[in-house]
Amino acid sequence: MSASASASSWRGPLRLIGHRVLLALITLLLVSAVIFTISGLLPGDAAQEVLGQSATPEQIAALRKEMGLDQPGPVRYYQWLRGISMGDPGQSMVTNTPVSEIISVRLPNTLILAALSTLVSVPFAFLIGIASAIARGKKLDRSLNVLTLSMVALPEFLVATVAVLILSVKLQWLPSITLIPQEASFADYVRGYAMPVMVLAVGVIAQLGRMIRAAIIAELDRPYVEMARLKGVSQTRLVFHHILPNAIGPIVNAMALSLSYLFGGAIIVETIFSYPGLAGLMVNAVTSRDMPLLQACAMIFCAVYLLLVLVADVFAILANPRLRNA
Amino acid sequence: MKDTTQHVEVRDLSVTVRREDGTPLRIVEDVSFDIAPRETLALIGESGSGKTTIALALMGYARGSAEITGQIRVGQATLDGAGGNALKAQRGHRISYVAQSAAAAFNPSRRVIDQVIEPALIHGIEPEEAARKRAVSLFRSLALPNPETIGQRYPHELSGGQLQRLMAAMALITQPELVIFDEPTTALDVTTQVEVLQAFRRVVREQGATGVYVSHDLAVVAQMADRVLVLKRGKVREQNAVDVILQSPADDYTRMLMSAAMPVVMAAPVLPDAPVPLLEVEGIHAGYGPIDKEGRPAHPVLSDVGFSIGRGAALGVIGESGSGKSTVARVVAGLLAPARGSVKLDGVPLAPTLSGRSREELRRVQIVFQSADVALNPGRSVGDILGRVLRFYRGTRGEEARRRVAELLDLIKLPASIASRRCDELSGGQKQRVNLARALAAEPDIILCDEVTSALDTVVRGAILDLLAELRRDLGVAYLFISHDIETVKALCDDIVVLYKGTRVESGVRDSYNVPPVHPYTDLLISSVPELRSDWLSDESERAAAPFAHLRERPDLCRFLPRCPVAIAGTCEVSAPPVRQLSSGNAVLCHHTEETLRRTQSEKILG
Amino acid sequence: MKIAALFTTIRNLPLSGKIGLAFVVFWLLAAAFGPMLAPHPPGAFVSEEVFADASSRLWLGSDFLGRDVLSRLLMGARFTVGLSAVAVTLAVGIGTGLALTAAVGPHWVDELLSRAMDTLISIPSKIFALVLIAAFGSSELLLIVILAVIYVPGNFRIARSLAVGLARLDYVEVARARGEGRLYIALSEMLPNMIRPLAADIGLRFVFIVLLLSGLSFLGLGLAPPDADLGSLVRENTSGLAEGALAIFVRATAIATLTVSVNLLIDALTQGKVR
Ligand SMILES: Nc1ncnc2c1ncn2[C@@H]1O[C@H](COP(=O)(O)OP(=O)(O)O)[C@@H](O)[C@H]1O
Ligand code: SF4
Ligand SMILES: [Mg+2]
Repeated sequence: MSASASASSWRGPLRLIGHRVLLALITLLLVSAVIFTISGLLPGDAAQEVLGQSATPEQIAALRKEMGLDQPGPVRYYQWLRGISMGDPGQSMVTNTPVSEIISVRLPNTLILAALSTLVSVPFAFLIGIASAIARGKKLDRSLNVLTLSMVALPEFLVATVAVLILSVKLQWLPSITLIPQEASFADYVRGYAMPVMVLAVGVIAQLGRMIRAAIIAELDRPYVEMARLKGVSQTRLVFHHILPNAIGPIVNAMALSLSYLFGGAIIVETIFSYPGLAGLMVNAVTSRDMPLLQACAMIFCAVYLLLVLVADVFAILANPRLRNA
Repeated sequence: MKDTTQHVEVRDLSVTVRREDGTPLRIVEDVSFDIAPRETLALIGESGSGKTTIALALMGYARGSAEITGQIRVGQATLDGAGGNALKAQRGHRISYVAQSAAAAFNPSRRVIDQVIEPALIHGIEPEEAARKRAVSLFRSLALPNPETIGQRYPHELSGGQLQRLMAAMALITQPELVIFDEPTTALDVTTQVEVLQAFRRVVREQGATGVYVSHDLAVVAQMADRVLVLKRGKVREQNAVDVILQSPADDYTRMLMSAAMPVVMAAPVLPDAPVPLLEVEGIHAGYGPIDKEGRPAHPVLSDVGFSIGRGAALGVIGESGSGKSTVARVVAGLLAPARGSVKLDGVPLAPTLSGRSREELRRVQIVFQSADVALNPGRSVGDILGRVLRFYRGTRGEEARRRVAELLDLIKLPASIASRRCDELSGGQKQRVNLARALAAEPDIILCDEVTSALDTVVRGAILDLLAELRRDLGVAYLFISHDIETVKALCDDIVVLYKGTRVESGVRDSYNVPPVHPYTDLLISSVPELRSDWLSDESERAAAPFAHLRERPDLCRFLPRCPVAIAGTCEVSAPPVRQLSSGNAVLCHHTEETLRRTQSEKILG
Repeated sequence: MKIAALFTTIRNLPLSGKIGLAFVVFWLLAAAFGPMLAPHPPGAFVSEEVFADASSRLWLGSDFLGRDVLSRLLMGARFTVGLSAVAVTLAVGIGTGLALTAAVGPHWVDELLSRAMDTLISIPSKIFALVLIAAFGSSELLLIVILAVIYVPGNFRIARSLAVGLARLDYVEVARARGEGRLYIALSEMLPNMIRPLAADIGLRFVFIVLLLSGLSFLGLGLAPPDADLGSLVRENTSGLAEGALAIFVRATAIATLTVSVNLLIDALTQGKVR
């Protein structure tokens, strides 16, 4: 293929990817508007709340001015958006320290937790998904089906409570609180993270496993699979050479979705195990009505989610020759 | 099972599936046949008659939970019904398969060449390099364009006819002893079908393989097979040499298939002379997608299409898939607003969209769609569907409505009791009748029939055509009858319009299409329809190549240019063709004069 | 005849489906009549001992304040099942209604609705719930509205893709060509054919809502005392965790049996259709 031909063969997918990136950015912008409207504009007067019922109107007016609450909504939104996109989402209303400082300490912890849980879950999910798709309708598939159906329906706090009950209280194997000290040994790490990761993995494995099975089964019924069988292709080759290349788009998308589920689960898990992450922080922000902190946390989670979906989208485009050569 | 002079022996083959409630259902019953080496046997029958099931059983394969019993021997390998299945190991090696829709049977995300040589690799027949070479030489014998590089493409970059030939290459790459073709041309346009059939026949002979050819089309089978096995509901009705079947069929059912395959031309009723035609369509430009500043849609489909239909007349619109036939019907019905052009009913212009048309105007133009399965709301009863139309246009209710529903059902020759049945309980033919009755309930002046017979089996199709002719005679309703099958159109319609890529290349009365000269595309279309004799395909000399096949289609030139075998160098690739009036009364869109057209077409008939 | 058909369906369910059905029926009855049958008022202190074991008087023991676990469980079940059922009805009603509007309405309505729903769906549900609760609080009514709002976009997406698929079918085209109005097409031609495929989605969404609601209550962001759903019941008894109290175990299992059994039942029913 000549250089110009290969350049032109890239133009199609690049435009498509550019389009997806733009769409994700627009969505993020709209999401920010929704979040700010809900948490910043609708709930009434933050100044009043800070000062309490006994404050004089003058005091309130002064604080409103200081907080910028006297400005019209769109202006406040613009200022907030500018701040947050420059990495400065304002001051915490509770601790009076910059939100960015608080978050920068907490965010890595949540990312570590999420990464570890993903690392543990994905292989199991693939195993379950592929095994039950291949054994579709057979005993193994039906048992795995009931198992994963039950696993997705279990609330994280239940899994966590039972895990603590058995592993910490009864057997005393693992700590019920995940505090990772500064100079922890590898064994400390493993022991500390074991339970939170396990609790998160239960849901992710089941959910992702089911979606992988569904993606493969959707392919199993297509005529090209029968054709491959009639060519004498073995079962293993069928799955890895014929089906997975077609199912990879939906599977990657499923992975993005499960990861976002994982962030939701982190909210419960971090709280239960007193893990110093962003999700737990967000719960505290709700309880203390620390809006700037809450907004920033919410925006980070949404941005990460959109990023994951975007990456999955791009991957699906590159994996599909029809889109790739569009 | 010792007759080693036969290549294939099948004895008492039955295939059983489980119904939803768990009871067994035999879809193939006690079928026995032999195939001699290098012979091709055709399996023919309507859809659901068990053709594919038998063909797959020859590979020891059954779909879903189906069970095969009986004995099958192919070469040395046998399936004995007692669990032994040596045929499985032969799949894709000594026995290979060409599926109905190549577009679906190729893996969309792998390059075609990798799929074509895969059987040779997994069965360890030859190294990859040798297999690639063999593939390229097969591509060449199958008359595929650019045989060296075509394999590098992905399935979606190739046409249906090309994919079908590539699939044949995939089947032949291992030099199999038995090749099974399962309706390999059913999904193709008739002009493509000829080329594919020719290519198949040549390579199978070159390789000296035994063949099984599955089809519902007797005329196609006549070209491909030495012997024919006629199936009905899983049972063998007749088994004989192809010429015997064609000339003196022994079985009633075979005779019925034969007569349905040759539709009789139905006489046109005498039509009243009227100064204004019932429906007049002029200069329609239409398409899909967003409209640009000059009013052109992003995907233009129709350009400058026009015709008129008199009261009680039937106009046929013919063209290959994608030529814009359905778009014509949608524009007339008001479902799609044209970018330009007008539709007049009794001389009165109709609004371009539904919302601009009065209920009375809507009532007078009814539309009937191809696929009966999705044309009727599955959850509702027949009486309900017909009753809604009566109430909507005429306000007919209660006892009066019930009486009308019974009348309508009688008109379409269904028992009145069917009114209480749900639509998803009806057979394909019944659904298509109800579909027609729904249009008739509005007492329209014209019915737009979009491929209403295309999804039906030959025998049922014949019955629906008869019904349409009768309704027209009795009720005086006019038809805009759309089909891709010129025989069907000729049987029913007085006038015919030929569409090619959204342009009207020819229009005129039915009988003018029987003698040259016609438009070069019409000529190709007519000469591509297989005839019911076994030597038709060999008669057809290999087609003359199109001199401008390397050019891209352009909207400002004749659309047919890249495929036209008689294109005039220096003219056709320079300017748009004019509309010419032929002495037969037909109008053609072509640079050729009547004289030169006649010359090219009669030369071919003589030579 | 209808009843006979129902029994056949039940008989043909796989074991997991039968178990699911049994628990679903149990919880529905518990939510409907439980509080009437409760042996003690849910708020009453009936035992000297906290975290007492099961006895003939207190079948499931006592909680961290010495209240009857069984009675509180029955109250919690009513809140959980009741709130979730109302929320799911709202979510599906609104989601499907909007989906039909998008499918039969002008193109720009579809664009607008789809854009809006795509935006809302990109806010992960738990995060969305936290933001809404922080802003508006969590009274019973607010919780219902919040849960419904969060699950409208998911239902919209599924219902819209069903509706758009149906709108392309020939029988809908025929109805349009006949001149039928949009309302008739949406309600008479499309909706009846959407109910069956949507049924499974309703069940799943119910499970999501129960999970989210109890998760929120567990975090202390759900119902305010003295009202309590199954999640808050687990939360208020976490102090008993170290003692391995029956109270906390019973509550946790209660939620699990509810959500797992709904899941198993839907799965069994939809699989029966497919096969
Ligand atoms: N809704 C649509 N949107 C975009 N393109 C369409 C649509 N419907 C049909 N087309 C395109 O218009 C062309 C003509 O289609 P159609 O009128 O259905 O042809 P025919 O009925 O002759 O097969 C085809 O290229 C087809 O892909
Ligand atoms: S105008 Fe030229 S290219 Fe077109 S049909 Fe006539 S001869 Fe062929
Ligand atoms: Mg069509």
